[in-house]
Parts: sequence; structure tokens; C-alpha cells
Amino acid sequence: MTSEFLEQAKLGDRRSLARILSALENGTLHINDAIEIIGGPSNSGKGHWQTLAITGAPGVGKSCLLDGLLRQWAKKGVRVAVLAVDPTSPRTGGALLGDRVRMTVVDDVELNDLIYLRSVATRKASGSVPFIVEDMTKLLLALGWQRVIIETVGAGQSEVRCAAIADRIVVVEGPARGDGIQAEKAGLLELADAVLVNKSDLPGAELHADEIRESFELGVGNAPPVLLTSAVENTGILEAAELLLALSSSGRSQRARWRERLLSHHERKILESPQLEELLEKLAKGSILLDEALQVISGGCDE
Amino acid sequence: MPPTTMSEPLRIVVAKPGLDGHDRGAKVVARALRDAGNEVIYTGLRRSAQQIVDTVRDEDARFLGLSSLSGAHEHLFPRVCELLKQQGLNDVIVFGGGIIPPGEREPLYACGIRAIFGPGTPSSEILEFIEHVTRLENCGVGQESDWHWPSSA
Repeated sequence: MTSEFLEQAKLGDRRSLARILSALENGTLHINDAIEIIGGPSNSGKGHWQTLAITGAPGVGKSCLLDGLLRQWAKKGVRVAVLAVDPTSPRTGGALLGDRVRMTVVDDVELNDLIYLRSVATRKASGSVPFIVEDMTKLLLALGWQRVIIETVGAGQSEVRCAAIADRIVVVEGPARGDGIQAEKAGLLELADAVLVNKSDLPGAELHADEIRESFELGVGNAPPVLLTSAVENTGILEAAELLLALSSSGRSQRARWRERLLSHHERKILESPQLEELLEKLAKGSILLDEALQVISGGCDE
Repeated sequence: MPPTTMSEPLRIVVAKPGLDGHDRGAKVVARALRDAGNEVIYTGLRRSAQQIVDTVRDEDARFLGLSSLSGAHEHLFPRVCELLKQQGLNDVIVFGGGIIPPGEREPLYACGIRAIFGPGTPSSEILEFIEHVTRLENCGVGQESDWHWPSSA
């Protein structure tokens, strides 16, 4: 059945694509097996990035902004797939995936053949991007989607897990998010390849953009571009869309990216361990120590 | 493809077709489904039948919940069912809710909708329906079963 879905997806069938992404998420299909059947990436993506993460604090307007950007990219004929991540409840395992509410571009019959939007819950993974997104991204690229955009969960100052997967990171900021010291603090902004200060229709946006620029100038290497946008007034979107499509890497923090990749892989090994449930039970009962649990998991991985 | 294991969350689209601008009911249902451990994709207001069906397809949803308080359910719900079948999404289980008088429910059941929940339905009943229908065979919108949930309201 799986190979049938893969063949259909390769021919452009959306239903089959959606099914395969679910199979990856549910662990019933391994990405390597899928790639083997599809036959590897059809586009090498030379000269431009293939995956871009849009991240930033909750409520800064990531989804609305992305809606505007997608519209511009689709008008240029670029085929873009979006993986929009929202958090899973740690208590119940459920999730309310609401990014579609803002993304009206997928309802535009002239453009929606060029856009695939999929809501993804974080499930068991920690951080703003679950590790399965990496596999989903690989699959989408192999099926001929030119660019994959990952919209992260609303992320805090130090949430940089998207660096493990994305070629480029765009941080969305907004006005009235603190004084210049906030821009000086270490974290997410350091890994940005571009910053969009959204809600530029509100007071304080320009000041905040200046503070971020100043902060970048104090650092070493090329300062990433900082743009003002307003998703509601549709200003700055066209410029941002152009800039992002050809965005080059800031080249900073290669080590930080590899650290995130390493952490992400490690977490995946733990969460995909067949002994996980059993170990959690033992830990909760106090019959095993954390170090012992880790040993069991890494022992299982060596086999 | 092996069937989804029971531990994987169900993906459910909750949609508001037509021009009706009231979504308190849809949000309450979405929240109850979320709290029961499901992944709920909410479409937002004023969606066309085609937009809803595209969403179900792209999100690989197993369930679709339609909410209508505007009185247009007689037209909109069957239209959504028809498009689902046209696109080969026959196995999607459809349920509805809102202001839908008991006398107007039979034609909706006939389209393949498996439950209609009126005002006053406890959210636990919707969860019971989901759990029950998941275990039944052939209850997708385009499948042969003529079963429907005996709603309390």
C-alpha cells in the first residue's frame, strides 16, 4: 500500500502525500524506505536554500506574515510546502492546530496548486520543532516541492531547535517587546539570517528594528537584514518575499547549528526507544536511576 | 500501509461552512476533542465546501466536524459530503452540529453524515460517538453503512 501511495504522491496526488506524511509521523514508514521508492530529491536546489524556519514569540504574527509571503512566492510560480507546528498538550496528548485560520492563501484557487500546508503537532518531542519535521521536509523535497517552510511553535528567547533542520532562520519580532536590552540578550536572534519586525503599523516598531540593527552591528560578521513588515496593512511583504527567496546564510554559528542537530538526534533516539515506556515507569517508581535509564537506551541503539 | 495504532492521536478537522459568523460552538467542540487527546485542525470562519474538503485532504484528517447555526446546513452539509466523495475521500467520517431541527436530519444522514448534535449535547457524548464510530466498519461518508448515532439533543 505504501509504495502505491508514494507513486501517487509522486504524480502529484495530494491525498497520497498527506497519507505518507501521516505514516512518517506515526512511525509506520521510515524516511529512507520512502526516499528509496521515490528515487531521491528531484531538485538539487543548487544556489538557493530549500528549508527555511520562521520563528519568533507567540503572537508576533508569524502565520499572518507567512500567509502574505506565500501569496507573493506562489505568484512567482514557486512551489512551497509549509509545515506549521503547534504544541501538543503535555497533559492529554491532544493539540489544537490553528495556523490554517490565518493562512487564507491556501483558499485562493489560482494559487493553491502551488502551496501545500500541513499542520503538525509537536507530539512527544520537546522544543519548537519536533524532529519528525526533518523527515517530512526530506519527503516533500524529494517529491519536487521547491521550498519547505517550517513555522515553529511560538518560541522563547533561547528556543533554537529549528536550527537543527532549517537552512535559513527568519526571526519575526514585533513592537513593544521590551527595550534595547532585550535585543542584546543572547539567544534566538543570534542565529537569525534575517529579522522581520512585524506589526510596523503599531508604534514602536521602527525603534525596535533600530535596536536590533544596532545590536547586530556590535557583533562580528555580516549583520543579517532587518525589515519592517505589516501583515494587516500588507506593507513590506513584497520586499520581504523578494529578500527571503534569495536569502544567503549569515554564516554565523555553524557550531550552534550542529549542537542543535546533535541534541535533536539524541532526543530522537530516546523518544523512539522501544524501552521508553517501561523505563519511564521504572523511573516514576524510583526503581532505576536516570543514568541507568540512559544506558539502557544507548545500549539498545548500539545493537 | 499498516493501520494507525491506537496510541496515535486522531486528526479531526472542525469547520465552519458558509457565512455564519458564530463559532463558539465549534470552539467548544474543538476544545473538548483536543482535551480528549486528539489533534484538531480548526479552519476558522466562513469556509466554502471546497476549502473544507481541501483541508481534510491536505491534513489527512480521519474525521470532519461541520458546524452551522445559520440555517444553511440543508445546502452546505450535503455539498461538502458530495465533494468529499468526488475526491475519493470516502473513508472520512463526517459529523455535524448547530441549529439543525430533528426534522431536517434524515436527509443529512442519507448523505453519509454519521451524527448530528444539537444545542445542549454534552461534549462527552461527542467523544463517545468518536470512540464508538472508530470501532465500526464502513462509516466513512462514502461508505455503505446506514448507521448513525442516536443523538440525545
